[in-house]
Amino acid sequence: MPQDVFAPWLDPDAKPIIQFKNVTKRFGDFIAIDDLTIDIYEREFFALLGPSGCGKTTMMRMLAGFETPTEGNILLSGQDMAPVPPNKRAVNMMFQSYALFPHLSVWENIAFGLRRDGMPKDEMAARVDEMLRLTRLEKFARRKPHQISGGQRQRVALARSLAKAPKLLLLDEPLGALDKKLRQETQFELMDIQEKTGTTFVIVTHDQEEAMTVASRVAVMDHGKIVQVATPAEIYETPNSTYVADFIGDVNLIEGKAGEKEGDKLSISWAEGQPDIIGTPQTSFDKGQTIHFAIRPEKVSITHDKPTNPVAFRGKVLDIAYLGNLSTYHVELPNGQIIKAQTANNRRISRRGFTWEDKVWVSWTDTAGVLLEN
Amino acid sequence: MRRLFLIAVPYIWLLALFLVPFIIVLKIALSDAWLAIPPYVPTLDLSAGWAGLKDFFAGLDFENFVFLTEDDLYWKAYLSSLKIAAISTFFTLLVGYPIAYGMAKAPDEWRPTLLMLVILPFWTSFLIRVYSWMGILSQEGYLNQILMSLGIISEPLIILNTNTAVYIGIVYTYLPFMILPIYSALEKLDASLLEAAEDLGCSRFSAFWLVTIPLSKQGIIAGCFLVFIPTIGEFVIPSLLGGSKTLMIGKVLWEEFFSNRDWPVASAVAVILLLILVIPIILFQRNEQKQREADG
Repeated sequence: MPQDVFAPWLDPDAKPIIQFKNVTKRFGDFIAIDDLTIDIYEREFFALLGPSGCGKTTMMRMLAGFETPTEGNILLSGQDMAPVPPNKRAVNMMFQSYALFPHLSVWENIAFGLRRDGMPKDEMAARVDEMLRLTRLEKFARRKPHQISGGQRQRVALARSLAKAPKLLLLDEPLGALDKKLRQETQFELMDIQEKTGTTFVIVTHDQEEAMTVASRVAVMDHGKIVQVATPAEIYETPNSTYVADFIGDVNLIEGKAGEKEGDKLSISWAEGQPDIIGTPQTSFDKGQTIHFAIRPEKVSITHDKPTNPVAFRGKVLDIAYLGNLSTYHVELPNGQIIKAQTANNRRISRRGFTWEDKVWVSWTDTAGVLLEN
Repeated sequence: MRRLFLIAVPYIWLLALFLVPFIIVLKIALSDAWLAIPPYVPTLDLSAGWAGLKDFFAGLDFENFVFLTEDDLYWKAYLSSLKIAAISTFFTLLVGYPIAYGMAKAPDEWRPTLLMLVILPFWTSFLIRVYSWMGILSQEGYLNQILMSLGIISEPLIILNTNTAVYIGIVYTYLPFMILPIYSALEKLDASLLEAAEDLGCSRFSAFWLVTIPLSKQGIIAGCFLVFIPTIGEFVIPSLLGGSKTLMIGKVLWEEFFSNRDWPVASAVAVILLLILVIPIILFQRNEQKQREADG
């Protein structure tokens, strides 16, 4: 599996293609990017994920050259990019609105950047045709952008930004305008194209599912800072803060106090009259310190009989969200805490085991959750 | 029935306000000048019955149109009008485009004010504004006074009563007709298109040339027609600001009508002028049609 081998960020000798060095960007009083340092490596599919206004788009526009950092440097292949204007950078961008030239045909749109480079005619035609093939747009070459569908327009925008074979391709919410089904198909197409061309992709998105699907690494951003950078699996399984845990996927967050440590296990007292939660901490906690215990709903089992799991609570089913393939049960414990438990619906609905007001047990193993300081 | 009625309204409008007056003018153009009231023969006398009608049609001929081709004053006036209209349209575009561009780039909250400033001159009489240009451009006018007091010139410039004054007057008067369609085209322009062009290797200037200009083309064409068409027949500006050498068909028409009191020749001039104008109007409408198709 190449994905498993591909991890240049772990290799101390690998040279990053992009380096942000203590970059700060201010718009008046507003700090869009706050003292940010990050390395991005060649052939990576790097996702910047965060809510709107977190600075991810500003980061991308600085890479494209439409904004300059207020402080700090951005290096592309070791060269400081500050004095290089957008039209002289080996960086291309796919715009959120696609920004296709409405007066030019699909073919001319893709050829636009190549013409500016003064590429010879036959070479240019070959390159454009190659791009059309890559994005499966051969049939639409002569159409104008308003004569094709949204999904096709998205592919034209991609073909146009890839045509100049940039070192780095920036994608600003590339799939935002597509409906869900098309978006999922296109995500895989994007990954395919990224692998085929070997270009470094940086994608900006607010859709965590999209980031998790396509990216080799995800940077979760908040208020101009990167909160965590890691592979999708690491981000999901071992978030470093409640912000990341809450932003990516669904999570049960329980606040408590650290108790006694036994071996590598730590007990957390969190409510009167409820048994302690047993967890496996990754970092050390002082006794009495506030701990946030985070556990994903799919790691919580829901049963009628008392389970053998070390952490188990009695409660009653308050709500059921039926999603077709999955069901999420909201179980209320006697103290009012609600625990979300998710199960796969591998049986037909008529044979489902739980219904509203059922007394049930929710439980998990002592390694299923994550213990977070903040 | 309802559909028929809806279609009938514009056609009746067109018939009453365009076709009927045109037929009257055409009829006068086919008549002969005569010292009478009205100053031409024949006049339609329905009391004489069938014979009167026959006499009336027998009296009509194309003499006046033939006369227009014989005297070179007329075709020179037509050509000169076309030339003046073309040159002033060009200058109006040259002045109007940057203004429209600046307006479209201005912050959102300024735009209503700027639009207002463009339209504001229409609130005063057109005639007064043209007269005030006489005060600016004359030999002892404001322009010469300022230039002389600054020491830029020692002799006053002679601008009034030349073609230059006509160009200035036309550019000034018709500027809003150029600015508004270009502004509306530029306002719709998505700023990310220019960023995309830069991203793909364009300099600022080539992005303007390759993206902004083509995308405002419809506005430019509309503006040019809106200036060019009325300018060909323009009468007030050349007669007030132009000199004896300024030859424009509107002026010729006025003189034929009021000074010579030759209604038939004046009408013939008007009919030919209309035929000349029909060509750009058709082109203009075709352009509008194309734009609608492109938008739709």
